Amino acid sequence: MLATGNLNKLADLYEECVGCARCESACRAGNNIHSFIIKVAEKKLKKEKFKIRSGRGAVQDLEIRKVGAPIVLGEIPGVVAFVGCANYPHGGKEVAEMASEFAKRRYIVTASGCSAMSIAMHKNEEGKTPYEMYPGDFAAGGLSNVGSCVSNPHISGAAVKIASIFARRKLRANYEEIADYILNRVGAVGVAWGAMSQKATSIASGFWRLGIPVIVGPHGSKYRRMLLGRKDHKDDWYAYDARTGDQVYVGPTPEHLFYTAETKEEAMVMIAKLCIRPSDTTKGRAIKLTNYIDLHKRFYGAMPDDIHLFVRTAADVPIIMKDEITKILKKKKWTEGMIPDPTLLPRLIRKRKE
Amino acid sequence: MNMSAESWQRAEIPGPKKALVFAKPQVVATKVKIAKRPILIVGHEAVNTSLNEEKVIDYIINIAKAAEIPVVATSHIFGEFVKRGFQPATWMSIMDITNRLQDPDWKGLDGVGQYDLALFVGIPYYMEWTILSSLKHFSSDLTTISLGRFYQPNATCSFSNLSLKYWIECLKVIISELGEK
Repeated sequence: MLATGNLNKLADLYEECVGCARCESACRAGNNIHSFIIKVAEKKLKKEKFKIRSGRGAVQDLEIRKVGAPIVLGEIPGVVAFVGCANYPHGGKEVAEMASEFAKRRYIVTASGCSAMSIAMHKNEEGKTPYEMYPGDFAAGGLSNVGSCVSNPHISGAAVKIASIFARRKLRANYEEIADYILNRVGAVGVAWGAMSQKATSIASGFWRLGIPVIVGPHGSKYRRMLLGRKDHKDDWYAYDARTGDQVYVGPTPEHLFYTAETKEEAMVMIAKLCIRPSDTTKGRAIKLTNYIDLHKRFYGAMPDDIHLFVRTAADVPIIMKDEITKILKKKKWTEGMIPDPTLLPRLIRKRKE
Repeated sequence: MNMSAESWQRAEIPGPKKALVFAKPQVVATKVKIAKRPILIVGHEAVNTSLNEEKVIDYIINIAKAAEIPVVATSHIFGEFVKRGFQPATWMSIMDITNRLQDPDWKGLDGVGQYDLALFVGIPYYMEWTILSSLKHFSSDLTTISLGRFYQPNATCSFSNLSLKYWIECLKVIISELGEK
């Protein structure tokens, strides 16, 4: 193809190339392939000009006061943070697509570092970047950029602030309670789609230890460490009901804390699923299930096989899918459960049984 | 064309226990026939890779039909199987199925018991590399076969690095061998 003068295929590689130049060391003919790619994509490269929202820094207490309740009650389906490096399997476009999809679905979307830049490098048919399409506040349907990679604590800090401001959890020497609160109530997920560095995995561990699940791209499997749950092990998913002290089944919510997705489509379905939390109200759970089922049907072409694990009461079932889901629940011999005030800490039980 | 049996990934050292290379594709069919409980795990690259008109997923469906193996569709490719009139046993992420294959108490997809042979195809090379490493070290009695185009040193058995054309030829041989039951 190159011999015939058609350079388009080579130029297209520029979109996906991370510039590692391993192709050059592997080439038996000794060609400078990376240099060729850069040269044939020169025109495209010179025209590259994008609009990015400036790094905004910490999420303000005032913003948390506005969104704290709807996040904890589940009415805002979740907070999705796109963070980490740029070692994407198929270029940065995928991050922009994921961010746009979840902003459109009224999730709170926030980004940092390379991911924030990659989101800016994708334009829609009208020539607009996602930052021009969605507002920059930390609110449902917003897409904010907290800043560089080292600004990631602003995102975990927002989750901590929810526990502090909305639930009045003390901040000093109280990590356990705050992590318990976030794990059980704050539907937040981190996505490091191009994670490759030690820094990215340490950032991820900073999130998962707070109870925020992290999804990494396929290259993340090279970390050789996952924190995977087993939804088929019912005994793994019990928590205390802080009101009574009873141990109650809360379903696989969230199922994993560190997870590698093979494709963008799988990651998107998993993001929606990992935003589900034990304390969701019925309205919140229905909204989260609607997003999960809708994405699953779109990408997998079928209903999820685990809906019965996430429906606690009949009111959790999304109204628009009621007939379909009711049939599945019957088939799975589902029985109605309850909505607890969940905690994993026995000392937070308010009334102990005699 | 048969090429070298070296890891397709640079600077990845698999350790002293490396995969046996299939001298002939017929050996794969024999291994599958001998196995008591085989399982076939198919990743999304089976849909993206093709030679001429036919995609790799079409050959994989024929292998599954010929050997009557349960298929786990990873990622989002379940719909691609259904479109082709084939119903996989289930869809499950590659992380989840690997996690379950390491568990000696897992009862399998049908509740009968753990599998003794797992065949992998269509998983991104570097992901499959780490997954097979995990199974090599932490599964109890599992034989792993990589049906992919490139040598996977962490599998029990693997093809060497093959050209796309020769690899498809190998898949065709496996299908015909499995058909002769």
